[in-house]
Parts: sequence; C-alpha cells; structure tokens
Amino acid sequence: MQDTSWVPLFPEGASTFAWQVDALYFYLIAVSAFFAIIVVAAVFYFFVRYRETEKFATPPEIHGSIPLELFWSFVPFVISMTIFLGGAVVYYNQYTPPEDTMEIFVVGKQWMWKIQHGTGQREINELHVPVNRKVKLTMTTEDVLHDFFIPAFRTKADVVPGRYTSLWFEATKPGKYRLFCAEYCGLNHSGMGGWVYVMEQKDFDNWLAGNLSNQTPVQQGEDLFTNKLGCASCHAGGQNQRGAVLEGIFGKEVKLVGGQTVIADEDYIRNSILNPAGQVVEGYQPIMPTFKGQVTEEQLVALVAYIKSLSGQSGAATAAPAAAPASNAATAAPANTAGAGR
Amino acid sequence: MENVDSIYTGEENGEEKVNYLTNGFSVKSWLLTKDHKRIAIMYLISVSVFFLLGGIFAGLIRLELLTPASDLMESGSYNRVFTAHGVIMVFFYLIPAIPAVLGNFLLPIMIGAKDLAFPRINLLSLYIYWVGGALTLFALMQGGVDTGWTFYTPYSTTFSNSFVMLVGLGIFVNGFSSILTGLNFIVTTHTMRAPGMTWFRLPLFVWAHYATSLVMILGTPVIAITVLLLAVERLTQTGIFDPALGGDPILFQHLFWFYSHPAVYIMILPSMGVISELISNFSRKKIFGYEFIAFSSIAIAVFGFLVWGHHMFVSGQSIYAGLVFSFLTMVVAVPSAIKVFNWTATLYKGSISYDTPMLYALGFLGLFLVGGLTGLFLGAIGLTVHVTDTYFVVAHFHYVMVGGTVLGYLGGIHYWWPKMTGKMYSEFWGRISAMLVFIGFNLTFFPQFILGYQGMPRRYAAYPEEFQVLNIFSTAGASVLGIGMTLPVIYLVGSLISGKDAGPNPWVLPGLEWRTSSPPPTFNFEKTPVVTWEAYSFGEESGLDFEEARRESTVSPTV
Repeated sequence: MQDTSWVPLFPEGASTFAWQVDALYFYLIAVSAFFAIIVVAAVFYFFVRYRETEKFATPPEIHGSIPLELFWSFVPFVISMTIFLGGAVVYYNQYTPPEDTMEIFVVGKQWMWKIQHGTGQREINELHVPVNRKVKLTMTTEDVLHDFFIPAFRTKADVVPGRYTSLWFEATKPGKYRLFCAEYCGLNHSGMGGWVYVMEQKDFDNWLAGNLSNQTPVQQGEDLFTNKLGCASCHAGGQNQRGAVLEGIFGKEVKLVGGQTVIADEDYIRNSILNPAGQVVEGYQPIMPTFKGQVTEEQLVALVAYIKSLSGQSGAATAAPAAAPASNAATAAPANTAGAGR
Repeated sequence: MENVDSIYTGEENGEEKVNYLTNGFSVKSWLLTKDHKRIAIMYLISVSVFFLLGGIFAGLIRLELLTPASDLMESGSYNRVFTAHGVIMVFFYLIPAIPAVLGNFLLPIMIGAKDLAFPRINLLSLYIYWVGGALTLFALMQGGVDTGWTFYTPYSTTFSNSFVMLVGLGIFVNGFSSILTGLNFIVTTHTMRAPGMTWFRLPLFVWAHYATSLVMILGTPVIAITVLLLAVERLTQTGIFDPALGGDPILFQHLFWFYSHPAVYIMILPSMGVISELISNFSRKKIFGYEFIAFSSIAIAVFGFLVWGHHMFVSGQSIYAGLVFSFLTMVVAVPSAIKVFNWTATLYKGSISYDTPMLYALGFLGLFLVGGLTGLFLGAIGLTVHVTDTYFVVAHFHYVMVGGTVLGYLGGIHYWWPKMTGKMYSEFWGRISAMLVFIGFNLTFFPQFILGYQGMPRRYAAYPEEFQVLNIFSTAGASVLGIGMTLPVIYLVGSLISGKDAGPNPWVLPGLEWRTSSPPPTFNFEKTPVVTWEAYSFGEESGLDFEEARRESTVSPTV
C-alpha cells in the first residue's frame, strides 16, 4: 500500500485495492506521457523544421513504409494488451468478493441509501464499517438505477431494480469518506450521498452496542416467514409439504420443471417470491401465489437472509461461503430474462 | 497538359458565369433544390443554429457549476439543461455536422460527380432532420426532458415526469435522416466516380465518409427500435425494460449502446477524414500510408460495433462480459493510433503552412491525442470502475467530441469556405480564433480529469466544496472557448460581404474540388473530369503548374 498523499490533487485511498487502481492509473499516465511526448515532439519539430519557405512548394514525395506501419501497429497493440491485463486483474479483485465477508444490505431509493447491518442496525446515508474487515454489500433498489460509489475505496457498482448486485471492500484506514450516488436517478440525484465511517473494531463494536436493534434481518425474515406472510404453512414441514424444501438449498443447483437447472442464489430466491410460476422446482405444482406488491425490498432482503440461514449461511457478521461469487452476476441476467419472457 | 482543362476560373470573356449560388434566388429555388451544395448550405445553417443552442445550454451548465450549491437553477432545471445540451449536441450537431454539411458539399465534387446518386432523397433527409429537430425543440419549449441523453430505464419509462416521448419521437425521426445520408454516400461512392477515379485514388475524406455511412445504415435502425420499445413500454405498460412489469433495465443499456457507441464513430470518423485532407494539403505532401489510413477507417467502423459493453462495466453485467469488452476496446485503439502516427509522418519533409485550417488540424492532433489516450484509461476495466460516471468520463468524451469532431469541423469549414462561398476570410482572425478555441478548451476540460479521479460524479447540480477550485478553472475556460467559437461566425459572415475573391484554387492544391470554379457551377464541373493522378499528388502528374503559381504568387509564406 503505497503512500500517495504527497501527490497534489490526488484523492485519499483507503481500501485494499485502492493502491492497485492507483498503480494502474500511474502506469497509464506513464504510457500516455510516453506516446504524447513522442508525437508532440515530432509534430513540433516537423512544424518548425519543415515550415514553408516559399509558397506552393513541391516537396519530395514519400509514399509510406510497410515496416514502419507494422512497427507502430504492433507496439501500441502490445502495450494496450499490458493495460488490458492490468485492468483485468484489478477488476477481478474488485468484483470478486472473498468468502469470509461481513454482509450488509443496501436498498437505494430516490434519494437516499437505506442500510441494514447483519446484526439488525439500520442507518440512512451513513455506513459504519470496521477497519481491516472484508465487507460485502448486497444491494438493490426500490425504484430506478442508482450507483454506490466510494471514491476513497476506488470502487462502485450500479444498483439495479429487480435484482441484487454486490460490492465488496476492505477498508484500511479509519476515517470519514464520501459516499455518492453515481448513476443519474432524477431530481435530487446530487443530494443522494452521505458518509462512510471506517472505525477501529472496538469503536465499531461500541457503535453497534449503542444502536441496538430489535431484530436481525434473519429474525425479521423468520417472523415474516412464519407469521406475517405465512410462508411456513407450505414450506416448513419436511418432504411431504406442498412447497419446495428450503433447508440446505442455498448456493446449490436446483432442478426445475422442464429439466433446466439453476443456482439457488439471492436473485433466484427473490424471483421465486415475486414470480413463483417462473422457475418451479421439479416435483412441485405451480400453485404458489405471487407476493409482488405485498413485500417491500427491505422485507425481501430479510426473507433472503432467513432462507440463507436455513442452509447454515448466517448472512450476518460471520463467514458466508456463498455460491461462487462470480455466479451472482453471471446467473442474474438469464434468471431475469426468463422472468421477462412470461 | 489535358487535365488543366478541368480548371475553370469562373469567368468567361469577362462575364460572371452562373454558379450554384446565383442559379436562382427565390425561396423555392432553395427549398425545392436537388443540388447537393445548396442542401449542404441549408444543413450548415441548421446545424449552426443547433450548435449555438447546445452551446448556450453548455454555458448555463458551467455557470451553475461555478459554485458548489445549486443556486443559479434548482436541480430540476439543471437536469433539464444538461439533458438538452446532450440531446442537441449529439443528435442534432455532432452526428450530422461533418457528413451532412462538408460530406454533402464535397463528396460528389471530390469524386468528380455532378451530384449525389439520389438528389431527392438527399433533400428528403434534410426535411426529416428539420422535422426531428422541430419536435425536439418543441419538447424543450414545453418544459424539456430530464433523463439525460442516455434515457436509462426505468427512470425514463416509469419515473420521469417530462416530455420523454416527444424527444424520443424527435430522435426516432431524425435517425432516418442519417440512414438516408449514409445510403446516398455509399451508392454515390460506388457508382458515380469519374473516369480514372479508382478506389485508391479517392481522397481519404471520401474513405472516412464511406466508413461512416456503413455505421449509419447498420447502427441507426437499432436506436429507432430502442426508442420504439421505450414508447411501447411507456404508453402501454408492456414489460420490456421495467422490472416492475417483468422487464430488464440492463437490456435497454445494451440496445442503447449498441447504437450509441458506433455513433461515436459516426461523429469522429468524418473528422478524421477532414484532418487527413488538411495535414496532407497544408504540408503539400502525399499522405503517409494512404492504404493504412483508409483501412483503419473501415477497421474502426467494424470493431466499433463490438465494444458497446464498455459503457456498462459497473452496470451489473457479468464480469466475464466486462473482460471481453475491455479486450476489444483495447483492440479498437490500435487503428486510431495508426492514423495519428501516419499524420505525424506526413509532416516529415513537407512544406508546412501555418494557415488557419492547419492550426485547427494541429489543435485536433493535440486534443485527440489526449482524448484517445484517456480512452485507454477507460478501457482498462479495473480503473474504469473508479472513474466511470465521474467527470473523468465527461472530460474524455469532450476531448474526443469537441477536440476531435468540432475542431475537425471548424478546420474543414475554414479549409473549404473559399470553395463554398468564393470568398477568403480574415486569416488574422482565423488564427486568433483557432488559438482561443485550443486554449479555452484545455482550460475547460483538463481540470475535469482531475475532478473525475478525485471522484466528482457527473450530472450533479450541487457538489461538495472541495471540488470548487477546479470547477472555477473549468468555467473560466468555457468563457474563453465561447469567445473562440463565436469569432468565426462573425468573420466568416463578414467575409461574404467584404472578403477577397478566392479564385478557383487559392492554395494551388491537387484535389478535384480545387479544379472547378469557386463557388462551383450547379453540376460541379463544366465537363466530366478524367483523373490521371493519385490522391494528394503534388508532382508533375497532377497536371498543375506549380512553377507558374510560384512565379505569380503575391502572398508570402506564413512564417
């Protein structure tokens, strides 16, 4: 983690991959300076050296040179490939959450960020996280597109209605950092921001203790599941129940009616609550009613957390060996397109 | 030498011959003309009006951003202003500017044709442009639209309370104007070249327009379909893009960028064609690596269709798709680099004049270099995650679109102004304005790269105070840029009244457009020219008598 505080006009970096993004940035500045200096120096030299000395001159003809063309096609290609590889490595780090993350839920809405911790604490437009701890945000929105952007962490991700996207980081320095919405979302887009507070673990524990909540998302989800929404009447009761078994399914492959399979990730659970007839599990009848319009995004997040907990995935501040992280993004699109087709 | 026959002075026996401007003075003779040159002039006036309007909106944006709070306008108005700026500049200035004005005027003359292949369709494309423009202006007067020029769903379909459909209709209609122009250019280039004008004797301006036309006819229908789907969803509540109705908002982004990224090449390729002309002609040298520049235009047009996903690196598309698009984006950078190196090499051992068009070409080289290289920053996918949707992107695409397209356009207008009007403008003011544009532009947009890396998001009516200093630089630069862009209007119009007669070939250049009178007659040439020389040929085979021109020259070198 290089120190960049001496560079003028340079933003503070406070996450484990901030230095990687900065290194890539400096590499690109070096490459750009290299090409720019060559071209600008050549152009200026030619402009002065070969300025016209008489009007309507007929200087010697030069047609071109194949070796030169090949040379200046090949060199930029090779350099651009080094840039591609550097970018790819950094991107893979940014967008592939590790397994042992602390999970926090984010719901965007015009024009605020609603955040809920695995231990139940809620906050708006502020996010408190402990330093040196891997944090994964699972995000969705109640209305339009938003984008969760923390410049000091050098990362951002769009928040998309109808699916979950995720963002992860590990903060390296306690402090207060800007949070922006970076995807245009209407009237008060520029007001949709706040602060991320990175705290020492013990300060964070104090903060959590000072903001006691009644229920964790898992408890909230359990309450919805068994009492308020009545999911339990079909989904709890062993193999002979009417609804599919939910215990132990999270992150596993599920066989669907019609022979397809799907990974039971957050998006699949969400889609199955809102659009149950879409991807019915093999061996069950498509009799579940839709809950679209009856549950809010925050309740959905709680239900997903509860169903995850049935597979031994706490969704809270402990380890969450989720489905291969990349598959979240990869399976989201087909799942959604399938939903659109009906 | 027989080729000299094709040079006409515009005068015969002391009498002025009829040219395209004096061939009829009634309004009807303009509105019902089939002459590509008159249509080009009407396009010139129209795009200038839109450019002025878009420029006023840009000025309002910069004024608002002078202070961190949204005090000049409240954010609702600001959102409408930046949307209007984007929509007008992209769809009604940048896309039509060079093809519809310079391409229309010059492409037939450069290949030795009397007109475009379909003169009536050419006029129709102008009328379609007017209808599309009128619809859009009407929507803006009704209260405008606040979605940004990108119209991302579901904001545009479900949430925005503004005139989305009317502006969408304007863009939908306007697209057909592009398609018809592209069709006309392709057919004309294939079928109407003069005897001896082989493909590899075509000026690179024509190659660039040919490549552009391919993108126009293949890409534009996609934006039409996208706008249509948007309308269907907004009006009938069918779920296409809105997840609440069962649609997919990312699908819109794929469709939108499948057109709008190639559209970037519709904007920049013609400008690259202009720059090839300027650099070669004002250094009086055959262009270096003709075939490489020609085919790099085609390569850009083809690869341009494969990189749309680089606008969506953080949108939630799969990370593997992101990696593929990043790779292809790096590949498409190579043909642009080839062009820049060839332009530079062309200057070697030339006879370089510092006339206004060449100063614009020099400015283009500098700004396009920055625009192109920062494109690499944005193609480097891990870095883009940080800078996308910030002012870094705003600065990058202004370096390409203003530094590239607008400077190419202004350079081209200055270069061919004597041909189009028969008059010379003030060289002094021309150089002043070229320098003001260059300085003002850099002052406006360079600070935005720094702002972007610091994390200032785009489309913000209000911003945190730590960003103010650089924003003040940017606004100050915008006022210099504004003056630099206004000056040409004054001295170019002034030249119509008091400019010196240009004569058919003021710079003694070999292109076909310089072998007819200024302004050209209605059918461009007295008799069909026969081409026996290569493009940019300053040697004897060009048929021009450079010795004589030097002897009779009354102008001295510019430096």
